[in-house]
Amino acid sequence: MNQGNGILARFRCGFETFQLDVDLQLPGQGVTALFGHSGCGKTTLLRCMAGLQTAEGYLSVNGDCWQDDHHRLPVHQRPLAYVFQETSLFPHLSVHRNLSYGYQRIPAGQRQIGFDQAVDWLGLSHLVNRMPEKLSGGERQRVAIARALLTSPRLLLMDEPLSALDRKSKQEILPYLETLHQTLDIPMVYVSHAASEVARLADHVVMMDNGRVMAEGPLQETLARTDQPFALEEDAGVIVNAVIGERDTRWHLCRADFEGGSLWVRDEPQLESGRSVRLQVLARDISIALAPNHEQSIQNLLPARVEQVATDQSPGTTLVRLQSGDTPFLARLTSRAAHQLQLAPDMDVWLQIKTVAIVD
Amino acid sequence: MGPEWQAVWLTLKLAGITTLLLMIIGTPIAWWLARSRHWLRQPVFAVVALPLVLPPTVLGFYLLMMLGPDGFIGQLTERLGIGTLPFTFEGLVLASIIYSLPFTVQPLQNAFASLNESMLETAATLRASPWDRFFTIAVPQARPGFLTAAVLTFAHTIGEFGVVLMIGGNIPGETRVLSVAIYDHVEALEYGQAHWLAGGMLLFAFLVLVGLYSINGRLAGGVVK
Repeated sequence: MNQGNGILARFRCGFETFQLDVDLQLPGQGVTALFGHSGCGKTTLLRCMAGLQTAEGYLSVNGDCWQDDHHRLPVHQRPLAYVFQETSLFPHLSVHRNLSYGYQRIPAGQRQIGFDQAVDWLGLSHLVNRMPEKLSGGERQRVAIARALLTSPRLLLMDEPLSALDRKSKQEILPYLETLHQTLDIPMVYVSHAASEVARLADHVVMMDNGRVMAEGPLQETLARTDQPFALEEDAGVIVNAVIGERDTRWHLCRADFEGGSLWVRDEPQLESGRSVRLQVLARDISIALAPNHEQSIQNLLPARVEQVATDQSPGTTLVRLQSGDTPFLARLTSRAAHQLQLAPDMDVWLQIKTVAIVD
Repeated sequence: MGPEWQAVWLTLKLAGITTLLLMIIGTPIAWWLARSRHWLRQPVFAVVALPLVLPPTVLGFYLLMMLGPDGFIGQLTERLGIGTLPFTFEGLVLASIIYSLPFTVQPLQNAFASLNESMLETAATLRASPWDRFFTIAVPQARPGFLTAAVLTFAHTIGEFGVVLMIGGNIPGETRVLSVAIYDHVEALEYGQAHWLAGGMLLFAFLVLVGLYSINGRLAGGVVK
Protein backbone atom coordinates (compact mmCIF):
# COMPACT_ATOMS: atom_id res chain seq x y z
CA MET A 1 0.00 0.00 0.00
CA ASN A 2 1.38 3.37 -0.93
CA GLN A 3 1.98 5.40 2.21
CA GLY A 4 3.99 8.15 0.59
CA ASN A 5 3.32 11.83 0.66
CA GLY A 6 0.44 13.33 -1.12
CA ILE A 7 -3.25 12.68 -1.23
CA LEU A 8 -4.43 9.42 -2.70
CA ALA A 9 -8.13 9.49 -3.41
CA ARG A 10 -10.04 6.75 -5.14
CA PHE A 11 -13.81 6.88 -5.00
CA ARG A 12 -16.67 5.23 -6.76
CA CYS A 13 -20.30 5.87 -6.02
CA GLY A 14 -23.45 5.92 -8.04
CA PHE A 15 -26.42 8.23 -8.09
CA GLU A 16 -29.53 8.28 -10.18
CA THR A 17 -28.13 10.83 -12.58
CA PHE A 18 -24.44 10.16 -12.63
CA GLN A 19 -21.61 8.00 -11.43
CA LEU A 20 -18.56 9.32 -9.63
CA ASP A 21 -15.47 7.35 -10.52
CA VAL A 22 -12.12 8.94 -9.75
CA ASP A 23 -8.64 7.78 -8.94
CA LEU A 24 -6.37 10.68 -8.09
CA GLN A 25 -2.94 11.26 -6.73
CA LEU A 26 -2.70 14.86 -5.60
CA PRO A 27 0.23 16.80 -4.19
CA GLY A 28 0.43 16.89 -0.40
CA GLN A 29 0.87 20.62 -0.34
CA GLY A 30 -0.39 23.72 -2.09
CA VAL A 31 -3.79 24.31 -3.61
CA THR A 32 -5.47 21.76 -5.82
CA ALA A 33 -8.47 23.09 -7.71
CA LEU A 34 -11.30 20.75 -8.65
CA PHE A 35 -12.68 22.47 -11.65
CA GLY A 36 -15.68 21.84 -13.85
CA HIS A 37 -19.26 22.74 -14.65
CA SER A 38 -21.89 22.42 -11.99
CA GLY A 39 -23.05 18.83 -11.77
CA CYS A 40 -19.68 17.43 -12.85
CA GLY A 41 -19.16 15.74 -9.48
CA LYS A 42 -16.55 18.02 -7.97
CA THR A 43 -18.56 18.76 -4.83
CA THR A 44 -19.46 15.08 -4.48
CA LEU A 45 -15.77 14.20 -4.65
CA LEU A 46 -15.03 16.75 -1.95
CA ARG A 47 -17.82 15.36 0.24
CA CYS A 48 -16.43 11.85 -0.25
CA MET A 49 -13.04 13.06 0.92
CA ALA A 50 -14.63 14.63 3.98
CA GLY A 51 -16.64 11.50 4.70
CA LEU A 52 -19.90 13.42 4.38
CA GLN A 53 -20.80 11.24 1.43
CA THR A 54 -20.55 7.49 1.76
CA ALA A 55 -18.63 5.94 -1.09
CA GLU A 56 -16.49 2.93 -1.72
CA GLY A 57 -12.88 3.76 -2.11
CA TYR A 58 -9.62 4.71 -0.58
CA LEU A 59 -8.27 7.92 0.88
CA SER A 60 -4.95 8.68 2.46
CA VAL A 61 -3.54 12.08 3.27
CA ASN A 62 0.21 12.43 3.58
CA GLY A 63 0.59 8.89 4.79
CA ASP A 64 -2.48 8.64 7.04
CA CYS A 65 -5.18 6.35 5.78
CA TRP A 66 -8.68 7.74 6.38
CA GLN A 67 -10.60 5.20 4.40
CA ASP A 68 -9.96 1.84 2.82
CA ASP A 69 -11.96 -1.29 2.07
CA HIS A 70 -12.19 -2.34 5.71
CA HIS A 71 -12.28 0.85 7.60
CA ARG A 72 -13.82 4.25 7.20
CA LEU A 73 -13.19 7.07 9.65
CA PRO A 74 -16.35 9.01 10.46
CA VAL A 75 -16.30 12.70 9.56
CA HIS A 76 -15.62 13.96 13.06
CA GLN A 77 -12.54 11.79 13.40
CA ARG A 78 -10.89 13.04 10.22
CA PRO A 79 -8.39 15.84 10.86
CA LEU A 80 -9.78 18.02 8.10
CA ALA A 81 -11.60 21.27 7.80
CA TYR A 82 -14.39 22.06 5.38
CA VAL A 83 -15.60 25.46 4.23
CA PHE A 84 -19.06 25.25 2.72
CA GLN A 85 -20.49 27.16 -0.19
CA GLU A 86 -23.23 28.86 1.76
CA THR A 87 -22.54 30.36 5.13
CA SER A 88 -22.62 27.67 7.77
CA LEU A 89 -22.07 29.68 10.93
CA PHE A 90 -24.10 28.46 13.88
CA PRO A 91 -26.76 31.17 14.26
CA HIS A 92 -27.21 30.62 17.99
CA LEU A 93 -23.54 31.21 18.79
CA SER A 94 -21.54 34.43 18.74
CA VAL A 95 -18.61 34.78 16.35
CA HIS A 96 -16.27 34.03 19.24
CA ARG A 97 -18.10 30.83 20.16
CA ASN A 98 -18.37 29.83 16.51
CA LEU A 99 -14.61 30.19 16.23
CA SER A 100 -14.01 28.20 19.42
CA TYR A 101 -16.37 25.38 18.42
CA GLY A 102 -13.79 23.32 16.59
CA TYR A 103 -10.81 24.77 18.46
CA GLN A 104 -12.10 23.43 21.79
CA ARG A 105 -12.70 20.01 20.33
CA ILE A 106 -9.11 19.25 19.42
CA PRO A 107 -6.55 18.35 22.09
CA ALA A 108 -4.46 21.34 23.16
CA GLY A 109 -1.30 19.56 22.04
CA GLN A 110 -2.56 19.37 18.46
CA ARG A 111 -3.36 23.06 18.12
CA GLN A 112 -0.92 24.49 15.65
CA ILE A 113 -2.86 27.61 14.81
CA GLY A 114 -3.55 29.93 17.73
CA PHE A 115 -6.90 31.56 18.29
CA ASP A 116 -5.54 35.10 18.04
CA GLN A 117 -3.46 34.14 15.03
CA ALA A 118 -6.50 32.99 13.04
CA VAL A 119 -8.53 36.01 14.14
CA ASP A 120 -5.68 38.20 13.01
CA TRP A 121 -5.12 36.48 9.64
CA LEU A 122 -8.72 36.89 8.65
CA GLY A 123 -9.13 40.35 10.14
CA LEU A 124 -11.88 39.41 12.58
CA SER A 125 -10.81 41.08 15.81
CA HIS A 126 -13.57 43.71 15.66
CA LEU A 127 -16.23 41.07 14.97
CA VAL A 128 -15.72 38.45 17.66
CA ASN A 129 -18.52 39.64 19.92
CA ARG A 130 -21.15 39.90 17.22
CA MET A 131 -23.84 37.40 16.32
CA PRO A 132 -23.59 35.87 12.81
CA GLU A 133 -26.78 37.58 11.66
CA LYS A 134 -25.07 40.96 12.13
CA LEU A 135 -22.30 40.13 9.66
CA SER A 136 -22.08 40.71 5.94
CA GLY A 137 -21.77 37.72 3.60
CA GLY A 138 -18.04 38.25 3.18
CA GLU A 139 -17.46 38.59 6.91
CA ARG A 140 -19.40 35.40 7.59
CA GLN A 141 -17.31 33.46 5.12
CA ARG A 142 -14.13 34.82 6.69
CA VAL A 143 -15.34 33.63 10.09
CA ALA A 144 -16.12 30.23 8.57
CA ILE A 145 -12.60 30.02 7.13
CA ALA A 146 -11.00 31.02 10.44
CA ARG A 147 -13.18 28.53 12.32
CA ALA A 148 -12.06 25.80 9.92
CA LEU A 149 -8.38 26.70 10.32
CA LEU A 150 -8.66 26.66 14.11
CA THR A 151 -9.03 22.89 14.03
CA SER A 152 -5.41 22.83 12.78
CA PRO A 153 -6.46 20.54 9.93
CA ARG A 154 -4.22 18.24 7.93
CA LEU A 155 -6.37 18.89 4.88
CA LEU A 156 -8.45 21.93 4.05
CA LEU A 157 -11.46 21.39 1.80
CA MET A 158 -13.21 24.37 0.28
CA ASP A 159 -16.44 24.02 -1.64
CA GLU A 160 -16.84 27.14 -3.77
CA PRO A 161 -16.38 29.37 -0.74
CA LEU A 162 -16.86 32.50 -2.83
CA SER A 163 -19.68 31.55 -5.14
CA ALA A 164 -22.49 32.78 -2.89
CA LEU A 165 -20.85 36.17 -2.50
CA ASP A 166 -21.16 39.31 -4.55
CA ARG A 167 -18.20 40.60 -6.52
CA LYS A 168 -17.12 43.03 -3.87
CA SER A 169 -17.08 40.41 -1.10
CA LYS A 170 -15.16 38.06 -3.40
CA GLN A 171 -12.49 40.68 -3.93
CA GLU A 172 -12.42 41.16 -0.17
CA ILE A 173 -11.80 37.47 0.58
CA LEU A 174 -9.42 36.46 -2.23
CA PRO A 175 -6.41 38.26 -0.70
CA TYR A 176 -7.01 36.38 2.57
CA LEU A 177 -7.07 33.07 0.73
CA GLU A 178 -3.85 33.99 -1.04
CA THR A 179 -2.23 34.85 2.26
CA LEU A 180 -3.23 31.46 3.63
CA HIS A 181 -1.82 29.80 0.57
CA GLN A 182 1.50 31.50 1.20
CA THR A 183 1.54 31.11 5.00
CA LEU A 184 0.21 27.63 5.64
CA ASP A 185 1.60 24.32 4.56
CA ILE A 186 -1.78 22.63 4.79
CA PRO A 187 -2.83 21.05 1.50
CA MET A 188 -6.00 22.63 0.21
CA VAL A 189 -8.55 21.19 -2.20
CA TYR A 190 -10.59 23.98 -3.68
CA VAL A 191 -13.76 23.36 -5.67
CA SER A 192 -14.61 26.03 -8.17
CA HIS A 193 -16.27 26.66 -11.48
CA ALA A 194 -14.69 30.09 -11.83
CA ALA A 195 -11.62 30.01 -14.02
CA SER A 196 -10.38 33.29 -12.56
CA GLU A 197 -10.29 31.88 -9.01
CA VAL A 198 -8.50 28.79 -10.22
CA ALA A 199 -5.96 30.85 -12.12
CA ARG A 200 -5.36 32.97 -9.08
CA LEU A 201 -5.13 30.36 -6.34
CA ALA A 202 -4.36 26.92 -7.69
CA ASP A 203 -1.05 25.14 -8.10
CA HIS A 204 -2.58 21.96 -9.36
CA VAL A 205 -5.76 21.45 -11.34
CA VAL A 206 -8.16 18.57 -11.68
CA MET A 207 -10.70 19.07 -14.45
CA MET A 208 -13.82 17.04 -14.04
CA ASP A 209 -16.78 16.23 -16.21
CA ASN A 210 -19.66 13.87 -15.59
CA GLY A 211 -18.13 12.28 -12.52
CA ARG A 212 -14.77 11.60 -14.12
CA VAL A 213 -11.39 13.26 -14.24
CA MET A 214 -10.75 14.65 -17.71
CA ALA A 215 -7.36 16.22 -17.13
CA GLU A 216 -5.10 16.67 -14.17
CA GLY A 217 -1.70 18.14 -13.44
CA PRO A 218 0.21 21.28 -12.49
CA LEU A 219 -1.72 24.46 -13.26
CA GLN A 220 0.36 25.85 -16.14
CA GLU A 221 0.73 22.54 -17.90
CA THR A 222 -2.90 21.58 -17.55
CA LEU A 223 -4.32 24.89 -18.66
CA ALA A 224 -2.17 24.78 -21.78
CA ARG A 225 -3.58 21.47 -22.94
CA THR A 226 -5.70 21.57 -26.04
CA ASP A 227 -7.49 18.30 -25.43
CA GLN A 228 -9.73 19.34 -22.57
CA PRO A 229 -12.99 18.17 -24.01
CA PHE A 230 -15.01 20.89 -22.40
CA ALA A 231 -12.05 23.27 -22.08
CA LEU A 232 -12.55 26.49 -20.28
CA GLU A 233 -14.64 27.90 -23.06
CA GLU A 234 -14.25 31.68 -23.05
CA ASP A 235 -11.69 31.48 -20.28
CA ALA A 236 -9.28 29.12 -22.02
CA GLY A 237 -5.80 30.45 -21.60
CA VAL A 238 -2.52 29.96 -19.84
CA ILE A 239 -0.88 31.10 -16.65
CA VAL A 240 2.65 32.42 -16.85
CA ASN A 241 4.88 32.74 -13.81
CA ALA A 242 6.92 35.88 -14.15
CA VAL A 243 9.08 38.29 -12.21
CA ILE A 244 8.69 42.04 -12.46
CA GLY A 245 11.75 43.56 -14.09
CA GLU A 246 12.16 47.03 -15.54
CA ARG A 247 9.49 49.67 -14.93
CA ASP A 248 8.66 52.26 -17.54
CA THR A 249 7.34 55.12 -15.45
CA ARG A 250 6.70 57.38 -18.39
CA TRP A 251 4.14 55.08 -19.96
CA HIS A 252 3.04 53.40 -16.72
CA LEU A 253 4.12 49.98 -17.84
CA CYS A 254 6.34 47.38 -16.35
CA ARG A 255 8.08 44.40 -17.81
CA ALA A 256 7.33 40.95 -16.51
CA ASP A 257 10.07 38.47 -17.36
CA PHE A 258 9.36 34.79 -17.74
CA GLU A 259 11.41 31.89 -18.96
CA GLY A 260 12.06 32.62 -22.57
CA GLY A 261 10.64 36.10 -22.90
CA SER A 262 8.92 39.05 -21.36
CA LEU A 263 5.59 40.83 -21.48
CA TRP A 264 4.64 44.43 -20.81
CA VAL A 265 1.87 44.89 -18.28
CA ARG A 266 0.18 47.92 -16.86
CA ASP A 267 2.18 49.33 -13.97
CA GLU A 268 0.61 49.29 -10.58
CA PRO A 269 2.03 50.67 -7.35
CA GLN A 270 2.41 47.29 -5.64
CA LEU A 271 4.49 45.86 -8.48
CA GLU A 272 8.02 46.40 -7.23
CA SER A 273 10.91 45.07 -9.25
CA GLY A 274 11.73 41.50 -8.34
CA ARG A 275 8.23 40.58 -7.27
CA SER A 276 6.86 37.28 -8.56
CA VAL A 277 3.55 37.51 -10.32
CA ARG A 278 1.11 35.21 -12.02
CA LEU A 279 0.03 36.41 -15.43
CA GLN A 280 -3.04 35.14 -17.18
CA VAL A 281 -3.08 35.22 -20.95
CA LEU A 282 -6.36 34.14 -22.46
CA ALA A 283 -6.44 32.27 -25.74
CA ARG A 284 -8.94 34.72 -27.18
CA ASP A 285 -6.51 37.62 -26.58
CA ILE A 286 -3.75 36.15 -28.76
CA SER A 287 -3.55 36.50 -32.48
CA ILE A 288 -0.88 34.98 -34.71
CA ALA A 289 1.22 36.63 -37.38
CA LEU A 290 3.78 35.07 -39.69
CA ALA A 291 6.10 38.07 -39.42
CA PRO A 292 6.61 40.65 -36.68
CA ASN A 293 4.43 43.63 -37.41
CA HIS A 294 5.49 46.72 -35.49
CA GLU A 295 3.09 49.04 -37.27
CA GLN A 296 0.19 48.28 -35.03
CA SER A 297 -1.00 48.99 -31.52
CA ILE A 298 -0.28 45.71 -29.80
CA GLN A 299 2.82 46.02 -27.60
CA ASN A 300 3.46 42.42 -26.74
CA LEU A 301 4.97 40.52 -29.63
CA LEU A 302 6.62 37.22 -28.94
CA PRO A 303 8.32 34.76 -31.26
CA ALA A 304 6.88 31.29 -30.84
CA ARG A 305 6.76 27.88 -32.39
CA VAL A 306 3.56 26.07 -33.19
CA GLU A 307 3.26 22.81 -31.29
CA GLN A 308 -0.20 21.64 -32.01
CA VAL A 309 -3.24 22.73 -34.00
CA ALA A 310 -6.38 21.30 -32.45
CA THR A 311 -10.06 21.52 -33.18
CA ASP A 312 -11.96 23.59 -30.71
CA GLN A 313 -15.45 23.00 -29.36
CA SER A 314 -17.11 24.72 -32.26
CA PRO A 315 -15.94 23.94 -35.82
CA GLY A 316 -15.55 27.66 -36.50
CA THR A 317 -12.62 28.07 -34.14
CA THR A 318 -9.27 26.38 -33.75
CA LEU A 319 -7.10 26.13 -30.65
CA VAL A 320 -3.38 26.45 -31.30
CA ARG A 321 -0.78 25.52 -28.75
CA LEU A 322 2.51 27.34 -29.08
CA GLN A 323 5.75 27.55 -27.22
CA SER A 324 7.67 30.75 -26.63
CA GLY A 325 10.96 29.89 -25.03
CA ASP A 326 9.88 27.29 -22.47
CA THR A 327 6.49 28.76 -21.87
CA PRO A 328 3.36 27.37 -23.48
CA PHE A 329 0.62 29.61 -24.86
CA LEU A 330 -2.80 28.91 -26.28
CA ALA A 331 -4.34 30.94 -29.07
CA ARG A 332 -7.88 30.72 -30.29
CA LEU A 333 -8.29 31.61 -33.96
CA THR A 334 -11.05 31.25 -36.46
CA SER A 335 -10.56 28.06 -38.39
CA ARG A 336 -10.42 30.04 -41.62
CA ALA A 337 -7.47 32.08 -40.30
CA ALA A 338 -5.66 28.94 -39.19
CA HIS A 339 -6.20 27.50 -42.66
CA GLN A 340 -5.08 30.65 -44.49
CA LEU A 341 -1.87 30.86 -42.44
CA GLN A 342 -1.37 27.13 -43.02
CA LEU A 343 -0.45 26.65 -39.40
CA ALA A 344 1.29 23.37 -38.71
CA PRO A 345 3.52 22.02 -35.96
CA ASP A 346 7.09 23.39 -35.83
CA MET A 347 6.21 26.55 -37.75
CA ASP A 348 7.81 29.71 -36.41
CA VAL A 349 5.28 32.49 -35.92
CA TRP A 350 4.72 35.65 -33.90
CA LEU A 351 2.24 35.98 -31.08
CA GLN A 352 0.41 39.27 -30.79
CA ILE A 353 -0.92 39.45 -27.24
CA LYS A 354 -3.60 42.01 -26.67
CA THR A 355 -4.19 41.70 -22.94
CA VAL A 356 -2.17 40.36 -20.07
CA ALA A 357 -3.84 40.19 -16.67
CA ILE A 358 -1.98 40.00 -13.41
CA VAL A 359 -3.91 37.54 -11.30
CA ASP A 360 -1.65 37.28 -8.28
CA MET B 1 -54.83 21.16 52.61
CA GLY B 2 -58.45 21.42 51.50
CA PRO B 3 -59.77 18.98 48.94
CA GLU B 4 -59.75 21.68 46.24
CA TRP B 5 -56.08 22.51 46.75
CA GLN B 6 -55.32 18.82 46.98
CA ALA B 7 -56.82 18.40 43.51
CA VAL B 8 -54.84 21.37 42.18
CA TRP B 9 -51.58 20.04 43.63
CA LEU B 10 -52.24 16.53 42.33
CA THR B 11 -52.99 17.88 38.88
CA LEU B 12 -49.81 19.95 38.76
CA LYS B 13 -47.76 17.01 40.03
CA LEU B 14 -49.23 14.70 37.42
CA ALA B 15 -48.66 17.21 34.61
CA GLY B 16 -45.12 18.00 35.79
CA ILE B 17 -44.01 14.39 36.05
CA THR B 18 -45.69 13.46 32.77
CA THR B 19 -44.04 16.37 30.94
CA LEU B 20 -40.62 15.54 32.32
CA LEU B 21 -40.89 11.86 31.39
CA LEU B 22 -42.36 12.64 27.98
CA MET B 23 -39.54 15.01 27.08
CA ILE B 24 -37.11 12.17 27.79
CA ILE B 25 -39.18 9.53 25.94
CA GLY B 26 -40.46 11.76 23.15
CA THR B 27 -37.18 13.33 22.07
CA PRO B 28 -35.55 10.18 20.66
CA ILE B 29 -38.85 9.13 19.05
CA ALA B 30 -39.23 12.55 17.43
CA TRP B 31 -35.59 12.52 16.29
CA TRP B 32 -36.02 9.12 14.70
CA LEU B 33 -39.33 10.06 13.07
CA ALA B 34 -37.84 13.28 11.70
CA ARG B 35 -34.68 11.77 10.26
CA SER B 36 -35.20 8.09 9.53
CA ARG B 37 -36.27 6.65 6.20
CA HIS B 38 -37.09 3.28 7.71
CA TRP B 39 -40.29 1.60 6.49
CA LEU B 40 -41.54 1.51 10.09
CA ARG B 41 -41.58 5.29 10.19
CA GLN B 42 -45.13 5.73 8.95
CA PRO B 43 -46.65 3.04 11.20
CA VAL B 44 -44.85 4.43 14.25
CA PHE B 45 -45.96 7.92 13.32
CA ALA B 46 -49.55 6.68 13.15
CA VAL B 47 -49.32 4.96 16.54
CA VAL B 48 -47.95 8.13 18.12
CA ALA B 49 -50.81 10.14 16.62
CA LEU B 50 -53.56 7.69 17.66
CA PRO B 51 -54.42 9.46 20.94
CA LEU B 52 -55.29 12.54 18.89
CA VAL B 53 -58.15 10.81 17.11
CA LEU B 54 -59.30 8.13 19.56
CA PRO B 55 -61.94 8.96 22.16
CA PRO B 56 -60.17 9.04 25.54
CA THR B 57 -62.57 6.36 26.77
CA VAL B 58 -61.30 3.92 24.16
CA LEU B 59 -57.75 4.56 25.23
CA GLY B 60 -58.73 4.34 28.88
CA PHE B 61 -60.61 1.11 28.31
CA TYR B 62 -57.69 -0.68 26.68
CA LEU B 63 -55.27 0.65 29.26
CA LEU B 64 -57.54 -0.63 32.00
CA MET B 65 -57.59 -4.03 30.34
CA MET B 66 -53.82 -4.16 29.90
CA LEU B 67 -52.92 -2.77 33.31
CA GLY B 68 -55.54 -4.76 35.23
CA PRO B 69 -54.79 -8.07 36.98
CA ASP B 70 -55.70 -10.02 33.81
CA GLY B 71 -53.78 -7.81 31.39
CA PHE B 72 -50.21 -8.61 30.38
CA ILE B 73 -48.80 -5.42 31.86
CA GLY B 74 -50.81 -6.00 35.03
CA GLN B 75 -49.40 -9.51 35.36
CA LEU B 76 -45.93 -8.18 34.80
CA THR B 77 -46.27 -5.46 37.43
CA GLU B 78 -47.72 -7.92 39.90
CA ARG B 79 -44.87 -10.31 39.34
CA LEU B 80 -42.45 -7.45 39.89
CA GLY B 81 -44.17 -6.79 43.19
CA ILE B 82 -45.54 -3.36 42.22
CA GLY B 83 -49.16 -4.50 42.25
CA THR B 84 -51.57 -3.37 39.57
CA LEU B 85 -51.55 0.19 38.30
CA PRO B 86 -55.21 1.12 37.75
CA PHE B 87 -56.59 3.51 40.35
CA THR B 88 -53.11 4.60 41.42
CA PHE B 89 -51.17 7.79 40.71
CA GLU B 90 -48.50 5.79 38.85
CA GLY B 91 -51.20 4.35 36.63
CA LEU B 92 -52.35 7.88 35.87
CA VAL B 93 -48.81 8.92 34.92
CA LEU B 94 -48.51 5.98 32.55
CA ALA B 95 -51.88 6.73 30.97
CA SER B 96 -51.01 10.43 30.66
CA ILE B 97 -47.74 9.60 28.95
CA ILE B 98 -49.54 7.65 26.27
CA TYR B 99 -52.37 10.14 25.99
CA SER B 100 -50.09 13.19 25.66
CA LEU B 101 -47.39 11.56 23.53
CA PRO B 102 -48.40 13.26 20.26
CA PHE B 103 -48.30 16.67 21.94
CA THR B 104 -44.63 16.09 22.75
CA VAL B 105 -43.53 14.25 19.65
CA GLN B 106 -45.14 16.32 16.91
CA PRO B 107 -43.68 19.75 17.80
CA LEU B 108 -40.27 18.16 18.38
CA GLN B 109 -40.48 16.21 15.15
CA ASN B 110 -41.30 19.38 13.22
CA ALA B 111 -38.43 21.20 14.87
CA PHE B 112 -35.96 18.40 14.10
CA ALA B 113 -37.20 18.06 10.53
CA SER B 114 -36.59 21.73 9.85
CA LEU B 115 -33.05 21.63 11.22
CA ASN B 116 -30.51 22.76 8.69
CA GLU B 117 -28.64 19.60 7.72
CA SER B 118 -25.58 21.56 6.71
CA MET B 119 -25.26 22.88 10.28
CA LEU B 120 -24.92 19.32 11.55
CA GLU B 121 -22.47 18.50 8.77
CA THR B 122 -20.44 21.57 9.61
CA ALA B 123 -20.33 20.54 13.26
CA ALA B 124 -19.12 17.09 12.19
CA THR B 125 -16.26 18.63 10.21
CA LEU B 126 -15.40 20.59 13.37
CA ARG B 127 -14.85 17.30 15.23
CA ALA B 128 -18.20 17.08 17.01
CA SER B 129 -19.38 13.50 17.59
CA PRO B 130 -23.04 12.62 16.91
CA TRP B 131 -24.06 13.15 20.57
CA ASP B 132 -22.09 16.34 20.73
CA ARG B 133 -23.83 17.61 17.57
CA PHE B 134 -27.20 16.73 19.01
CA PHE B 135 -26.70 18.67 22.22
CA THR B 136 -24.73 21.63 20.88
CA ILE B 137 -26.42 22.19 17.53
CA ALA B 138 -29.73 20.35 17.25
CA VAL B 139 -31.13 21.10 20.70
CA PRO B 140 -30.35 24.84 20.73
CA GLN B 141 -31.73 25.27 17.24
CA ALA B 142 -34.86 23.27 18.09
CA ARG B 143 -35.44 25.30 21.24
CA PRO B 144 -38.82 26.72 20.16
CA GLY B 145 -39.92 23.16 19.41
CA PHE B 146 -38.90 21.98 22.88
CA LEU B 147 -40.74 24.86 24.51
CA THR B 148 -43.90 24.23 22.49
CA ALA B 149 -43.73 20.50 23.20
CA ALA B 150 -43.29 21.01 26.95
CA VAL B 151 -46.06 23.58 27.28
CA LEU B 152 -48.55 21.68 25.15
CA THR B 153 -47.83 18.43 26.99
CA PHE B 154 -48.20 20.08 30.37
CA ALA B 155 -51.41 21.88 29.45
CA HIS B 156 -52.91 18.86 27.74
CA THR B 157 -52.20 16.63 30.74
CA ILE B 158 -53.85 19.14 33.04
CA GLY B 159 -56.94 19.07 30.86
CA GLU B 160 -57.37 15.34 30.50
CA PHE B 161 -60.55 13.83 31.86
CA GLY B 162 -61.83 10.73 30.13
CA VAL B 163 -58.67 8.67 30.47
CA VAL B 164 -58.33 9.71 34.12
CA LEU B 165 -61.84 8.67 34.90
CA MET B 166 -61.43 5.32 33.20
CA ILE B 167 -58.12 4.38 34.70
CA GLY B 168 -57.81 6.45 37.83
CA GLY B 169 -61.28 6.86 39.15
CA ASN B 170 -61.85 9.47 41.79
CA ILE B 171 -59.64 8.86 44.81
CA PRO B 172 -58.84 12.11 46.67
CA GLY B 173 -55.11 12.72 46.89
CA GLU B 174 -54.35 9.83 44.57
CA THR B 175 -56.28 10.21 41.33
CA ARG B 176 -58.82 13.01 41.88
CA VAL B 177 -57.41 15.66 39.54
CA LEU B 178 -58.93 19.07 38.76
CA SER B 179 -61.06 18.07 35.83
CA VAL B 180 -62.58 15.24 37.84
CA ALA B 181 -63.13 17.58 40.80
CA ILE B 182 -65.02 20.02 38.56
CA TYR B 183 -67.16 17.20 37.24
CA ASP B 184 -67.97 16.15 40.82
CA HIS B 185 -68.99 19.66 41.77
CA VAL B 186 -71.25 19.96 38.75
CA GLU B 187 -72.82 16.58 39.49
CA ALA B 188 -73.45 17.72 43.04
CA LEU B 189 -74.86 21.03 41.74
CA GLU B 190 -72.12 22.95 43.62
CA TYR B 191 -71.83 25.52 40.82
CA GLY B 192 -69.94 28.01 43.00
CA GLN B 193 -66.95 25.73 43.53
CA ALA B 194 -67.16 24.52 39.94
CA HIS B 195 -66.90 28.15 38.80
CA TRP B 196 -63.78 28.76 40.83
CA LEU B 197 -61.98 25.73 39.49
CA ALA B 198 -63.22 26.01 35.91
CA GLY B 199 -62.52 29.74 35.78
CA GLY B 200 -59.07 29.17 37.19
CA MET B 201 -58.28 26.60 34.53
CA LEU B 202 -59.57 28.85 31.78
CA LEU B 203 -57.33 31.67 32.94
CA PHE B 204 -54.39 29.30 33.31
CA ALA B 205 -54.80 27.91 29.79
CA PHE B 206 -55.06 31.42 28.34
CA LEU B 207 -51.94 32.65 30.16
CA VAL B 208 -49.96 29.58 29.12
CA LEU B 209 -50.78 30.07 25.44
CA VAL B 210 -50.08 33.82 25.50
CA GLY B 211 -46.76 33.15 27.20
CA LEU B 212 -45.85 30.41 24.74
CA TYR B 213 -46.67 32.41 21.64
CA SER B 214 -44.82 35.48 22.80
CA ILE B 215 -41.70 33.52 23.76
CA ASN B 216 -41.73 31.54 20.52
CA GLY B 217 -42.27 34.76 18.60
CA ARG B 218 -39.14 36.17 20.23
CA LEU B 219 -37.14 33.01 19.56
CA ALA B 220 -38.24 32.89 15.95
CA GLY B 221 -37.56 36.61 15.59
CA GLY B 222 -33.92 35.84 16.23
CA VAL B 223 -33.50 38.02 19.33
CA VAL B 224 -31.72 35.14 21.01
CA LYS B 225 -28.73 36.46 22.82
